[in-house]
Order: sequence, then structure tokens, then C-alpha cells
Amino acid sequence: MFEELLFIFFSATAIGSALGVVLMRNPVYCAVSLVVCLFQVAGLFMLLRSPFLAVVQVFIYVGAVMVLFLFAIMLLDMKQIRYERLFSARGWVPYAVVAGIAIEFVAVIYGGGMDALMKVGATKAVDVKTFGRVLFTEYLFPFEVISLLLLVAMVGAIVMVKRSRG
Amino acid sequence: MADYLSILFMAGFAAFMACMVLFVGSLFRPRNPYSEKLSPWECGMEPIGEADTGHFRVHFFIIAILFIVFDVEILYLFPWAVILKEPDISTLVFIEMFIFIAVLTVGLAYAWAKGALDWIK
Repeated sequence: MFEELLFIFFSATAIGSALGVVLMRNPVYCAVSLVVCLFQVAGLFMLLRSPFLAVVQVFIYVGAVMVLFLFAIMLLDMKQIRYERLFSARGWVPYAVVAGIAIEFVAVIYGGGMDALMKVGATKAVDVKTFGRVLFTEYLFPFEVISLLLLVAMVGAIVMVKRSRG
Repeated sequence: MADYLSILFMAGFAAFMACMVLFVGSLFRPRNPYSEKLSPWECGMEPIGEADTGHFRVHFFIIAILFIVFDVEILYLFPWAVILKEPDISTLVFIEMFIFIAVLTVGLAYAWAKGALDWIK
């Protein structure tokens, strides 16, 4: 019962803030609304017994991706975009795409496709302890390679910024 | 799952407190709006142009990228911290994370040496 209430709360807030992302004029408000939405999705992951995925959601999406979004918003001149309508009456393509996705979701959920999907991934929920144990023992080497990958990304970014300046 | 419920309570309580501070403040503060209060003001000079037309320093980009890299690094500290107390693998896991952080510290040192962290006027 309590979990259902939480699910309804997270879902309703997610949908509301997602509408805010689309409907609000100021791009910065949209970005903040998207942050709220992503937090709710993290809550939903938590309800699905995936605490690590919830933390990934908060760190990667709310942290890293939103920083880039806000960076792009600040860097570009958003004055013009603010006064353009995203969903104008003549542009039927966005409506068609959204309607298509909605029909697809409904078909998958009510056509029994979801049950098949659930059976494929029908393992018991993995807690962070099990996940950490596998990550740090079995996948020790790939884990260390991640640090090299991040190092390359960092050095690459610095080199590019330095070159564009000089 | 109940372990994580306290996080939700903390987030909810923090949000509640933030709303209450604003609400109670609105009850007690004097209200006297006039248009001059809305103008951006800096030492009496009239501002020229708009603040949000993309005059944003590219230097923030390198700081954002550095943040993202270390954000991803911190992400791996979460499962690491959870299993750190497991007696059979704790030493291995501890050393592993130190190597991981050491490699990324090389990147930080590189950024520092290249002057990417210096503020350029």
C-alpha cells in the first residue's frame, strides 16, 4: 500500500515535471523541471529494487548530463527559441511521433509483450552488495580500464580547449 | 529496501523545510514591490544588453568536463563503500579503488599543470 502510494507520487510528479519541460518558456526552468523529473525516475528505480540504478540515475543524469544541458543553454543564445512554439498547429509530426510511441507502449503492455520481457529478465533483484562484489572481483580489470577511459576523456577535453584558445 | 526509506524521508523533510521557510517568511516580511527593485543593479551603473544572450565563458566548459569525469568516479565509490566491510575481499577492493583514483589523479595533475584550472581574465 505504502509502495503503491509512493509509485503514484513519483509517477505523477514525473509526468507533471515532464510536461513542465515541454511547456515552459524559459529553457533554464525547463532544465530544472527535467532535474525534478529525473529524480522521480530515480525513485521509481528504487521501488523496482534497483538502488544502484537509482544512484546512477542521480549521478549521471541529474549530475553530469544536466550540467551539459545547462552549459549548452547558457552558451547559446536562447532568446529566439524562447518565443518559438515547439508544438505549432501546422506541425503535426511531433503529435504523430508522441501518439505512435504511446500506442506502441499500450500495445506492448496490454498485448502481453511485457510479460515476455519480464520473464526474460526474471532474476531476483540484485542488491548493491552483490553488484559490488561482482564488479570488484570478477570484473576487476574492466573496472580499472574505466579509470583510463575517464583519464583519456579528461585529457582530450583539456587539449581541445587549450588548442581552441591558442 | 527499508534501508533506503530514510533517504526518502530526509529528502522529503528537506523539501518540506525549504517550502516552510519560504511560506513563513512570506507571512512575516513586509511587502512593498516597485519596478525599481526588479532592475539588475550593480554599483549604480545601468546594465547594457541582456544577461542571457550567450555571453558565457568557455572556460566553464573545462570545469564542467572535469566535474563530469569526477562525478562518474564518485559513482563507483558507492558500491565500493558498501562492500568495503566484507572481510574476505576488503584489502583487494581497497587497493583497487586506490589505483582507480590514482589514475584519475594523473588527469587532475595534468589539468592543473596545463593551467586548465587557472582563471583566465
